[in-house]
Amino acid sequence: MSADLITARQADVIEEFALFDDWMDKYEHLIELGKDVPAIDPARKTDDHLIKGCQSKVWLAADPQDDGTVLFSGDSDAIITKGLVGLMVRVLSGADAKAIAEADLHFLDAIGLHQHLSPTRSNGLASMVKQMKLYGAALAARQA
Amino acid sequence: MASHTLPERIRRDFPILDRTVHGKPLVYLDNAASAQKPLAVIEGQREYLANYHANIHRGAHHLAQLATEAYEGTRRKIADHIGAADTAEVLFTAGSTDAINLVAQSWGRANLQAGDAVLVTRMEHHANIVPWQMVCEEKGAKVIPVNVLEDGTLDLDDFTRALEQHQPKLVGIVHASNTLGTINPVAELCATARAAGAVTLIDGSQALPHLDIDVATIGCDFYVATGHKAYGPTGIGFLWGRKALLDAMPPWRGGGEMIRSVSFDGTTYNDLPHKFEAGTPHISGGIALGIALDWINGVGTDAIAAHECALVDHAHDALGTLPTVRIIGTAPEKVGVLSLVVDGLHPYDLGTLLDGQGIAVRTGHHCTEPLMAHLGLDSGTLRMSFAAYTTREEIDRAVIALERAMRMLS
Repeated sequence: MSADLITARQADVIEEFALFDDWMDKYEHLIELGKDVPAIDPARKTDDHLIKGCQSKVWLAADPQDDGTVLFSGDSDAIITKGLVGLMVRVLSGADAKAIAEADLHFLDAIGLHQHLSPTRSNGLASMVKQMKLYGAALAARQA
Repeated sequence: MASHTLPERIRRDFPILDRTVHGKPLVYLDNAASAQKPLAVIEGQREYLANYHANIHRGAHHLAQLATEAYEGTRRKIADHIGAADTAEVLFTAGSTDAINLVAQSWGRANLQAGDAVLVTRMEHHANIVPWQMVCEEKGAKVIPVNVLEDGTLDLDDFTRALEQHQPKLVGIVHASNTLGTINPVAELCATARAAGAVTLIDGSQALPHLDIDVATIGCDFYVATGHKAYGPTGIGFLWGRKALLDAMPPWRGGGEMIRSVSFDGTTYNDLPHKFEAGTPHISGGIALGIALDWINGVGTDAIAAHECALVDHAHDALGTLPTVRIIGTAPEKVGVLSLVVDGLHPYDLGTLLDGQGIAVRTGHHCTEPLMAHLGLDSGTLRMSFAAYTTREEIDRAVIALERAMRMLS
């Protein structure tokens, strides 16, 4: 069921971005999203939660819940990266650990922002997604 | 007679400059990372692969001879281009990084001992830091950095002080900084270092495409550069070294080509330059590098240097009108490299939004993390870097695009 949740949320994001056919409009929207991302609790913006990309920094905090889901929060020092972090959090946060671990994240491809997920882009986002899935996998294993 | 600017004369040599990116005409300002290739280089590489490909130096047949002559022709062209006394002093490498690793692993391992020092500057590319750290760690030696001043020039007092204090065995200096554009006074620095008994290595990666280079005038012991920043292919570059030093150095990589005779009782090594060139090299790259040097010399290093100097001045003026933009590196002598930061905005965001407008720049620390840390630029800079084909109009477009990106982000 939670896998459906992730799929539905991705569909929402894809629909939202379908409004923009111009490259710059899409980024304008991403910047707005970046500004709106609920900031990570400043007390948690520590090196423990830091994923250091070569270009920008990403912070990620994960909170496993009693019901087997994981809540994520994240931040970045670059606003575009922060917008992308926000999208990832929006798609994955609150889903079942197992569904997070197994999520097929195709929405960045679909909205034409997949290049930010490239490891060569070094903005910390690819490492963040890997980290989110690892949290999910670790928690799912503990539950099993 | 109508006068034409340098770009007007040469842009048609570069087919890639006609393409679009995200639906906008490409403005390529990432030349310090890698320059685009003129048709002569593209065609020359194709011509070799299509018409006279063979392995070099060993075949007793016509194609091997043609390929060898073309490849060795580039060695002569490099020697001529940098004023080397002897063609055998020019070794082909995969690039500058490979060349510095060769010196570190061969000269360094044979000459550095516990307690020794290698002096480099804080504006070095990682390629002129990490190979020294690796060999120094192994030998119990240390790598000492020379300070860089606020304007991006080298702290000459600190240089002299460090020479006296640490008595380094080797001094490594970048000819022109890839991040700041600063042209270092390498002849003066080499003379001082030499007087202090140090061997000198100059990293000419950013100098080769922009400046006239003469190793005799510079007075260094080693000079390295890479082809792809100088309109040539990737994967090919060179190390020039003084013959006496190269002769005394042990081979680094073993294999075919670098030997005179091989037996299980003992192997003897080939003469220079082949002693350091094990295995089949990047033949097409070597041939095309020679064509790139021909292209540079056809245009003229003086014309290129003057054009880029004017571009840097123009860019400084245009960016100077934007109050929140701070130019990083304002040395009086610069190659066509311009780093900047914008108050309160992240270089990655700016670079991404420039890309969206067809402007290719580089953002981040540019493989000079110690320099960025020294200047307190945690997120690095946005770097525009120019080439012979860059126009004033392109810089103007980049500045307008930057203003738009700044508006979007604030």
